[in-house]
Amino acid sequence: MNAPASNGHGVHVEVRDLRKSFNHEPVLKGISFTVEPGEIFVLMGPSGSGKTVLLKHLIGLEEPDEGEILVDGESIRAPGVMDKHRMAMVFQSGALLNSLSVAENVGLYLAEHRLKPPREIARIVAEKLELVGLSGVEDKFPNELSGGMKKRVAIARALVADPQLILYDEPTSELDPMIAVTIAEEIVALKRRLGNTSIVVTHDREMAFGVADRMALIHEGEIRLIGSPGELRDSADPVVKKFLTAEFKPNNHTQP
Amino acid sequence: MFQNIGEMLALFWRTLGALRQSWRQRRKILDQLFEIGNASLLMTCILSVFIGGVITLQSGPVLVERGLGQLLGGLVGLSVCKELAPVMMSILIAGRIGSAMAAEIGSMRVYQEIDALRTMNIDPIHYLVLPRVVAISVALPALVVFSILIGWFGGAMVAAFNERIAVSFQAFFANLRYNVDGPDILNGVLKSFIFAVVIGIVCCHQGLTTVGGPRGIGRSVTKAVVNSIVLILILDYVLTRIFLDMD
Repeated sequence: MNAPASNGHGVHVEVRDLRKSFNHEPVLKGISFTVEPGEIFVLMGPSGSGKTVLLKHLIGLEEPDEGEILVDGESIRAPGVMDKHRMAMVFQSGALLNSLSVAENVGLYLAEHRLKPPREIARIVAEKLELVGLSGVEDKFPNELSGGMKKRVAIARALVADPQLILYDEPTSELDPMIAVTIAEEIVALKRRLGNTSIVVTHDREMAFGVADRMALIHEGEIRLIGSPGELRDSADPVVKKFLTAEFKPNNHTQP
Repeated sequence: MFQNIGEMLALFWRTLGALRQSWRQRRKILDQLFEIGNASLLMTCILSVFIGGVITLQSGPVLVERGLGQLLGGLVGLSVCKELAPVMMSILIAGRIGSAMAAEIGSMRVYQEIDALRTMNIDPIHYLVLPRVVAISVALPALVVFSILIGWFGGAMVAAFNERIAVSFQAFFANLRYNVDGPDILNGVLKSFIFAVVIGIVCCHQGLTTVGGPRGIGRSVTKAVVNSIVLILILDYVLTRIFLDMD
């Protein structure tokens, strides 16, 4: 749907036979897939299917029991690889630091690593906030923001590192439909503008089909199907069909 | 239990390794110092004046009845500076500051703020643990010195104004000066420094290993305070024994 950007900014991601168990309960049962540079790859699946755990492996927050993850052909467990590639994650909750203002949250990466002088950080923060349509909220604290604003601040914070790979964990959950559309448009616009690789975990079907270049459906820790949005939509797999066509059917009891 | 001890020792070791980052983290250390001082100074005053007062009230009449009233200043002075001020202040700080440390870091853990730090390549030990451990290690000994002075003052007040004791200010402090040396005060300050490191590491460790939601945070806070107090009392005996042997 969205052609990958051509500036080569994004990274190639390959996941090979990833396995993970918690308390002897297998959560990931041999996941393998690749994501091309500049692509938006959407991982869908029901709650508890292992999507977020997979995302945490991709950014190094979890260690796999078996298998490996390669970024531009190098294992992320090899020394220095995580530092070499700029990666960022937008958490489901936003995960903004509540004790810091919006500006401090967004500029945290640059300030802590002393990459820019304070005045330059302030300029970059203002620029990134403008990019996500949130100019003028620099001095607010996370508890003063709505859910949608928090998510957009989290995206701005992720953008500060000029990431080659952005991972989005349920970016539209808990948001009203209009804000959800804004966030989805933002994901596509950022990819077009920056050419970064994006991996989006969601169970929001509309958003998934709207932004994905390719998508995969995870079910009970395994990838059930990978393909273009059209291929998923046309799939005859009963699990895929059930997930994509699940609808609430109100019964027609009339009120007395 | 052994896993917890191992993890705490590893955290202590990593915090020691991060000490050279202290200058970079000076703003956070100063913020924490202000927090600790601001939250504890009034309570330190109240606690210390009554600790000094009550030890004088308990021992004063007994000494005076036996004609040993002139020894009261030394007894109260040594008890306060070598034992009561470091232990009571450490327990107070474990409850007041340690619990806040465990709760704050625990909620950051539960609400994925620590994961967010790690995705930005920011080490939670440098960012969260180091400033807290350094600040408490500076603040607690300073509070103990303050507590010792206030405790002596409280003891002297009770000694002077309680009619069953009636030992004058001058007599109380003359005997205190005669019996209490610099090393005695240093003994208490050194103890409190070790207790401070223990409180900082135990509470930060509990925060970092918090699991679950608000109930998990509550459990971590309780464990942090209880474990800190138990360790303070055990270490107090061990340190007292070591210092006595050194004497």
